[in-house]
Amino acid sequence: MSHDDKLVRMANDIGRFFAAQGEARAVEGIATHLRKFWTPRMRAEIIAHVEHGGAGLDDLPRRAVARLAAASAAAAAA
Amino acid sequence: MTLIAEIDYGTPAAQSTTDVTLTIDGVEVTVPAGTSIMRAAMQLGTRIPKLCATDSLNSFGSCRLCLVEIEGRPGTPASCTTPVAPGMSVRTQTPRLAQLRRGVMELYISDHPLDCLTCAANGDCELQDMAGAVGLRDVRYGYQGANHLDAVKDASNPYFTFDPAKCIVCSRCVRACEEVQGTFALTIDGRGFGSKVAAGMAEPFMESECVSCGACVQACPTATLIEKSVIELGQPEHSVVTTCAYCGVGCSFKAEMRGEEVVRMVPWKDGKANHGHSCVKGRFAWGYAMHKERILKPMLREKVTDPWREVSWEEAIGRVASEFKRIQTQYGRDAIGGITSSRCTNEETYLVQKLVRAGFGNNNVDTCARVCHSPTGYGLNATFGTSAGTQDFDSIEHTDVVMLVGANPTDAHPVFASRMKRRLREGAKLIVVDPRRIDLVRSPHVQAQHHLPLRPGTNVAVLNAMGHVIVTEGLVNEAFVRERCDLAAFNEWAAFVAEPRNSPAEVEKVAGVPAQTIIDAARLYATGGNAAIYYGLGVTEHSQGTTTVMAIANLAMATGNIGRAGVGVNPLRGQNNVQGSCDMGSFPHELPGYRHIGTDAVRASFEAAWGRPLDKEPGLRIPNMLDEAVGGRFKGLYVQGEDILQSDPDTHHVAAGLAAMECVVVQDLFLNETANYAHVFLPGSTFLERDGTFTNAERRIQRIRRVMSPRAGVADWEVTVAIARAMGLEMNYRDPSEIMDEIAQLTPSFAGVSYAKLDELGSVQWPCNATAPEGTPVMHIERFVRGSGQFMLTEYQPTDERSTRKFPLLLTTGRILSQYNVGAQTRRTANVLWHEEDVLEIHPADAGPRGVRSGDWVRLSSRAGETTVRARVTERVAPGVVYTTFHHPMTQANVVTTDFSDWATNCPEYKVTAVQVTPSNGPTEWQTQYEEQAQQSRRILADAAD
Repeated sequence: MSHDDKLVRMANDIGRFFAAQGEARAVEGIATHLRKFWTPRMRAEIIAHVEHGGAGLDDLPRRAVARLAAASAAAAAA
Repeated sequence: MTLIAEIDYGTPAAQSTTDVTLTIDGVEVTVPAGTSIMRAAMQLGTRIPKLCATDSLNSFGSCRLCLVEIEGRPGTPASCTTPVAPGMSVRTQTPRLAQLRRGVMELYISDHPLDCLTCAANGDCELQDMAGAVGLRDVRYGYQGANHLDAVKDASNPYFTFDPAKCIVCSRCVRACEEVQGTFALTIDGRGFGSKVAAGMAEPFMESECVSCGACVQACPTATLIEKSVIELGQPEHSVVTTCAYCGVGCSFKAEMRGEEVVRMVPWKDGKANHGHSCVKGRFAWGYAMHKERILKPMLREKVTDPWREVSWEEAIGRVASEFKRIQTQYGRDAIGGITSSRCTNEETYLVQKLVRAGFGNNNVDTCARVCHSPTGYGLNATFGTSAGTQDFDSIEHTDVVMLVGANPTDAHPVFASRMKRRLREGAKLIVVDPRRIDLVRSPHVQAQHHLPLRPGTNVAVLNAMGHVIVTEGLVNEAFVRERCDLAAFNEWAAFVAEPRNSPAEVEKVAGVPAQTIIDAARLYATGGNAAIYYGLGVTEHSQGTTTVMAIANLAMATGNIGRAGVGVNPLRGQNNVQGSCDMGSFPHELPGYRHIGTDAVRASFEAAWGRPLDKEPGLRIPNMLDEAVGGRFKGLYVQGEDILQSDPDTHHVAAGLAAMECVVVQDLFLNETANYAHVFLPGSTFLERDGTFTNAERRIQRIRRVMSPRAGVADWEVTVAIARAMGLEMNYRDPSEIMDEIAQLTPSFAGVSYAKLDELGSVQWPCNATAPEGTPVMHIERFVRGSGQFMLTEYQPTDERSTRKFPLLLTTGRILSQYNVGAQTRRTANVLWHEEDVLEIHPADAGPRGVRSGDWVRLSSRAGETTVRARVTERVAPGVVYTTFHHPMTQANVVTTDFSDWATNCPEYKVTAVQVTPSNGPTEWQTQYEEQAQQSRRILADAAD
């Protein structure tokens, strides 16, 4: 299993837990989890994975990663 | 230093709050109602002669030595069985009593060997003491009558002997086995003069049900049951109170010494975790400290295929620093990290994470709790607001319903299990949620009311179903929920669990537990009085480990079983300092005290104290480190006291990660399996050689005290300091107490902790601070740490690890009583006599079609790998489930386990692996290769440097 595949699986696992909380809270919950527990490199890799199509990533984590990417871009621009 | 002499009050303390005043030998004394005369006398310092009485056991009244006279009462009642009464006037020494006692002693001594001078108990024999106390001068009956002097000694147990010739049949050993240990392995066989102590069905001790806890040895007033080490070495001359380094119970012991040599370990009566009891590991399995395979000099090698070369400490530390600096220069700051251990002290662990954060300049620090209780931290923090169990062990005495989930305390936490069994014998009810029929489901005088033998991986479904019953049957403690919990979150949870898909009938299809059993268990938990949940790694080591912890917390909150004695949520920690290693900031995302590294104010306080800027981003977890190593980005690792190759999942992947690193530094007692991939070996110290503190499963911080010099010449904390200094990070501590002072300064929950306080109080449970200067036995009493209790939605998600046609069985792993974790310590003691190899338990329904019989070698294979192990055909496991332990490196059960893990914490899913079992003729190719590699890797050059 490739490194990206592992990150995708981990993100999907996280997403499945938060899914029960409803869409809005789930996306925020997943994004917060990734921010609090993943290293910057892991976050950058999953962002890059989404930018390349995000194969295998479920919808909720995909949107959470997109939110991370937007926050990251905003921070870089600030 | 002298031997610590504990006062034996003869009978247990009475619990009454009503006082009674009486007079003993003309002196007035006030004691709680129900106290025995013997104990009341001892409170005055009056030792009434006794043999069958000791204060760890209920009074028995058989030896007739403790007779007293009571004014206004006829006869000479036994003081151990006679309770005090108001106004009672007792005389303990009269001519009549002296005559009676001498007569009793004459009878005892007429059938006892007169070999005191050569007896191993000489100087520590209550019979000898009593002969002196009663003034025995002769034995009128002579020594030629019928006697037991030719009875054959039983030396079958590796740690103690049983010499019936010296037995006075006081029954203390039998009662200790029953009352203290709860095993009921001993009995009095025969009647009258023929009465004798017998193990099991009059078998040798080793062949009986005896679990070698040693309670009988401790209770014996003569040399009948005595440690072989005492026979070999003689009586100890001083003792030091310290803490056991095995499981998370954290038993206090007196290390009884001759000089720097341990004679025996005796559980300390004042130990608040164990109250004078122990198990076979803590009491007896300490010989590994002197094992010939201990590595006592630092060693280096250029490549892992080279033999080791012994070097000086300076050279070894210099190599570590130069290599780590080189790697960071070449590959970047994040290319190195460290792993702390739950086997190490709080102070050692604190220093390693400080070294990583302040010295390495990253947060790549993790701990072995990653693979055991990391979901506990996450789950309890989310629901209650703190990452720890809620109770002290004494809480069990107030429990009416015990719910045991995924834990096997009689094997893994035996001393607490004994207390639990005692409470169950007193009438508390028991619910067991476990795929295996663990001993507590049915053992002498204990029978679970409900056993829920669920399919591995379905904990969440079953706990949700219990929630369903509690909510839909109106069993919620609404007052508690309204007052103490977030009501909106509760309403959301209640609606969720009430959905039909969470009903027992639906869950039965998933978990295989009859719906009615779930219903009955839920009703009992919710309505049976004080209900306490105790859980273990059968909860956490799943892909939904964290969700399960949350589901447990939900049940406790919904029923109001939080915030007082007798209830609570209690994770049973596997290793001695799991709690402490987590408390000390070992996880990559948080600083000591469970505060996130990204919190500016918290980080600033550490930056100010340590004089270094800290990275605000979380670092790598252990599995992430290994992934990064395989990817070529992580190159250096400092492992203190852990053996990740044997203990972590998917051994092939761990090996690949370690092999890809350029500098692996292992600090340990032995050349463990991880050391096969190490470039630097730094010898570590056993708990007998260290000063520091451990924090047990009840948040109890206890001292461990050095009883012998570090055999490698240097304490473990000093090694970490030396590495830090060599890497340019100044650390200045004169001793571990100063490290604790720094921890207290920086960690609010430890603010009141100091060695002086620990010495004064014996131990404290955190939080220990200005609000709770003597610690906190029970948490969340008036409010949760986070404010309101937070119900969490715990949707059941089946693991992706499913049984298939190719791998039709589910493997779950665990441990057994005599062994500890990877076995590095216990395999180097006589405990191997109970467990020479790992064994695979398989149900007859699965064994039969495969042609597998008990004792056969079988091949255990999964998609991750395969190994061979002997089979044991048993109904302890359910059909479709197999079970093994992971104590032996040549079995390497983790070759078979996969890289699936908990969604929140990456705690491995050890408890569910789809496997196949087939007959085998011998070891796998991998095992053969590994054995050869391990032998090659452990070569040490003969020409050692100084």
